[in-house]
Amino acid sequence: MNPAFRAGAREAFGVPAAILGAGFIGYGSLVADAGYSIWLTLAATLAIWALPGQLVMLEMHAADAAVVATMLAVSLSAARFLPMTLTLMPMMRGEKRRSLWRVLFAAQLVSMTTWAVTMRRFNGMPVEERWHYFLGFSAVCMSAALVSAMVGQFLIGALPPLARYGLALLTPLYFFVTLVGEARDRSTFAALACGAATALILHAMAPGWSLLGAGLIGGTAAWLLRRADVRQR
Amino acid sequence: MSASAELWLLMLGCAGATYLWRGLGVLLSGRLEPRSALFEWISCVAYALVAGLIARIIVVPSGLLAQTGMMERLLACAVAYAAYRLSRGNMFIGLLGGVLFFAGIIYLRGAIH
Repeated sequence: MNPAFRAGAREAFGVPAAILGAGFIGYGSLVADAGYSIWLTLAATLAIWALPGQLVMLEMHAADAAVVATMLAVSLSAARFLPMTLTLMPMMRGEKRRSLWRVLFAAQLVSMTTWAVTMRRFNGMPVEERWHYFLGFSAVCMSAALVSAMVGQFLIGALPPLARYGLALLTPLYFFVTLVGEARDRSTFAALACGAATALILHAMAPGWSLLGAGLIGGTAAWLLRRADVRQR
Repeated sequence: MSASAELWLLMLGCAGATYLWRGLGVLLSGRLEPRSALFEWISCVAYALVAGLIARIIVVPSGLLAQTGMMERLLACAVAYAAYRLSRGNMFIGLLGGVLFFAGIIYLRGAIH
């Protein structure tokens, strides 16, 4: 095994895997509540590999939203992957040429956690090691998520109600703290506030479209606010 | 079509819709200007959408959480955030604080009723 791969795997096997695991135990308990099969849970985790998108799909399907609206909302919630892969891939390029297929495969492994940690660790790491480090790190993160989703789904029935409530709140809590706690600039805060407010207002009128509307209306409002703010200074 | 087959197709559609951005990021690597207005707009929309999702789950949830009180859920968020900040950004302590508070308050209310 490549030593850089092992180093990445070892580093993921700690706080990153535990945080992802906690999120996916929560996800497993939510999908068990919604009646998903275990295969669908595992396949969705591997194929979508984005907890917010997986939650959007779950919520909108439960609300009987139109398929097109669901796919659009999931896609919009995944828009952050564009800047993530845009910034991550050039850092792993180096001298060695890799086929486009391998790079496209690596793009599937990018997640909020893997991106944040590997981008920080890449500083001061030789370019040749980064690719393997990223693969090792991602492999452990994905395995932790799959195992945790299974644990969450099977455990939920065996747990006392109190623990089930706690686990059901874990995932939204994780994202709430991550988003609000890690937001560095005012435009991010504006986008978060506008999105939350728009979603709740629209929910009363058209539940199936509230997330899509929150993104487009709330996001555009935050963007306009930011532009006006920049122009004023 | 059965409900399960429909759900599988929806999941595959959502996977493709997600991968679109990943693939696009690879193909555009280095071409989209991270300081452009378009880039800013896309990230604002992304943040607003995820915030809308979390707001909906916390304020008007479906399933198990719908049986809990809104005040309990909102307070749990505040406790988690405060614990996260007080522990200087320790996610474990934040989440543990929020979940324990949430379970505790539900337990106490159950004991009072």
